[in-house]
Amino acid sequence: MINNRENMSVSERLISSRQNRQLDEVRGRMIVTACALIMIAASVAITIFLGVKGLQSFLVNGVSPIEFLTSLNWNPTDSDPKYGVLPFIFGSFAVTILSALIAAPLGIAGAIFMTEIAPNWGKKVLQPVIELLVGIPSVVYGFIGLTVLVPFIAQFKSSGTGHSLLAGTIVLSVMILPTITSISADAMASLPKSLREGSYALGATRWQTIRKVLVPAAFPTLMTAVVLGMARAFGEALAVQMVIGNTRVLPESPFDTAGTLTTIITLNMGHTTYGSVENNTLWSMGLVLLVMSFLFILLIRYLSSRRKV
Amino acid sequence: MNRKITDKLATGMFGLCAAIIAAILVGLFSYIIINGVSQLSFQFITTKSSAIAAGGGIRDQLFNSFYILFITMLITIPLGVGGGVFMAEYAPNNKVTDFIRTCIEVLSSLPSIVIGMFGLLMFVNLTGWGYTIIGGALALTVFNLPVMVRVTEDAIRSVPKDLKEASLALGVSRWHTVKTVLIPSAIPSIITGAILASGRVFGEAAALLFTAGLTTPRLNFTEWNPFSETSPLNIFRPAETLAVHIWNVNTQGMIPDAEAIANGGSAVLVISVLVFNLAARWLGTMIYKKLTAN
Repeated sequence: MINNRENMSVSERLISSRQNRQLDEVRGRMIVTACALIMIAASVAITIFLGVKGLQSFLVNGVSPIEFLTSLNWNPTDSDPKYGVLPFIFGSFAVTILSALIAAPLGIAGAIFMTEIAPNWGKKVLQPVIELLVGIPSVVYGFIGLTVLVPFIAQFKSSGTGHSLLAGTIVLSVMILPTITSISADAMASLPKSLREGSYALGATRWQTIRKVLVPAAFPTLMTAVVLGMARAFGEALAVQMVIGNTRVLPESPFDTAGTLTTIITLNMGHTTYGSVENNTLWSMGLVLLVMSFLFILLIRYLSSRRKV
Repeated sequence: MNRKITDKLATGMFGLCAAIIAAILVGLFSYIIINGVSQLSFQFITTKSSAIAAGGGIRDQLFNSFYILFITMLITIPLGVGGGVFMAEYAPNNKVTDFIRTCIEVLSSLPSIVIGMFGLLMFVNLTGWGYTIIGGALALTVFNLPVMVRVTEDAIRSVPKDLKEASLALGVSRWHTVKTVLIPSAIPSIITGAILASGRVFGEAAALLFTAGLTTPRLNFTEWNPFSETSPLNIFRPAETLAVHIWNVNTQGMIPDAEAIANGGSAVLVISVLVFNLAARWLGTMIYKKLTAN
């Protein structure tokens, strides 16, 4: 091509460069479109693969889906094996909801402090540190829970170690606290100034402004922050697995050991034969996790459609 | 005066909550650093880990972590930047684009263990590779790609409109504008985002448990031929990363000094994340200054 350039007339050269450019344009568009389509391919593949594999225990092995979801009896290695995962579903929901109950008020209050009460200090010190904490690996949280929290809780128990639902809840609360705080702080900071000024001009105190104006205005986004935190807590595996005790009975108090869907999958996936009934039920639990994360997304979508400001 | 007292009380309460958060954060950090740094030594970082005896190091695990991170970013950055460019510049306003957005949202909110299970199914069993570095890196790509796409899209959208319009007005084609105007101006934010994402990938464990495995074969650090069985660069070997190692020694291992190793390993992980964060901020500002001559 380049060699020929010399011999071309001016008009030929212009035409050829335009053709090159058009070819380039088409190629570029194709490359980036392909990159975007990979995203679709990955999500669809995950849904299909985990869906098919997760349904195998019901369709191929004949485990009753109703028993799977409602029975409290998990005993896959017995001569009369039982595959009820309700204790783990309960455990997952228990740690998620309890940790959200601890982390949400604390995180939202911290976010309000950062944006409304001490914006300078909050932005310069607290925000960078919180963003840093979002990046701390979850195994580190689990490990600290194991070495600090578990022995501490053991002191209050008459017998056994401190592995408990409570330990799992506290580890998860600390883990999702930075997520909730930083999203809530963004939500509060993005509220228009006129809201605050209007309220102050009417003679409202800062607390009245926060309670009656700012929090209601930011409420859907604050809830989004909490739901994102809950989604993270629900899917967290290793940190919880290290401190919760991984038993298959329903916990009677927060000090009892428990198990969650993620911890049982983590624990047993390596020990069971691929393709066995027990292994297949683990995939069904993975499917439950997948469905739950879809539900969390739907919830977040619903909340953001209600966003007012 | 009642409402003023309430206001004071509320302020105090918000202050208390912020103080609790700050205390938790400072406590966590100092615990990790204080306990870990005493464990850190040149020997700890450069000795091979041991399965039963005390005194093992984290050499192989640390190498594996960086290597998997490198391969993941090698796959993620081009794909993510491409996807981001599409979303910012080419995406038509239609159902397909909406669906891609939903997919990005789905991928970024999937629990990492679910991605690990998908990786086990797809890159371990279906391909027949077994536990491999490449399988782990591909699983991490699934989980990192949406982050990269979002970062790129935001970066390109925040390039001033004048630049793009000036380029188009000069008769430069769209793709050429993307290549020569938009991506160079967006590079600082893209690099910052990529480094921050690296921090997340570096500490990820659940997705690697079932894809890169819990073991590392005997490595020969003088063998740099990537196709040799004992080469550290071989991408078809199992590889236990540092984060997985911390979990492993605490829950399944039988080494007597598990806590000391986990302390040291956690410190290395947290310090790395810290370095990634600082590097991201510093590099972002520096490149920005260089490009804009401010």
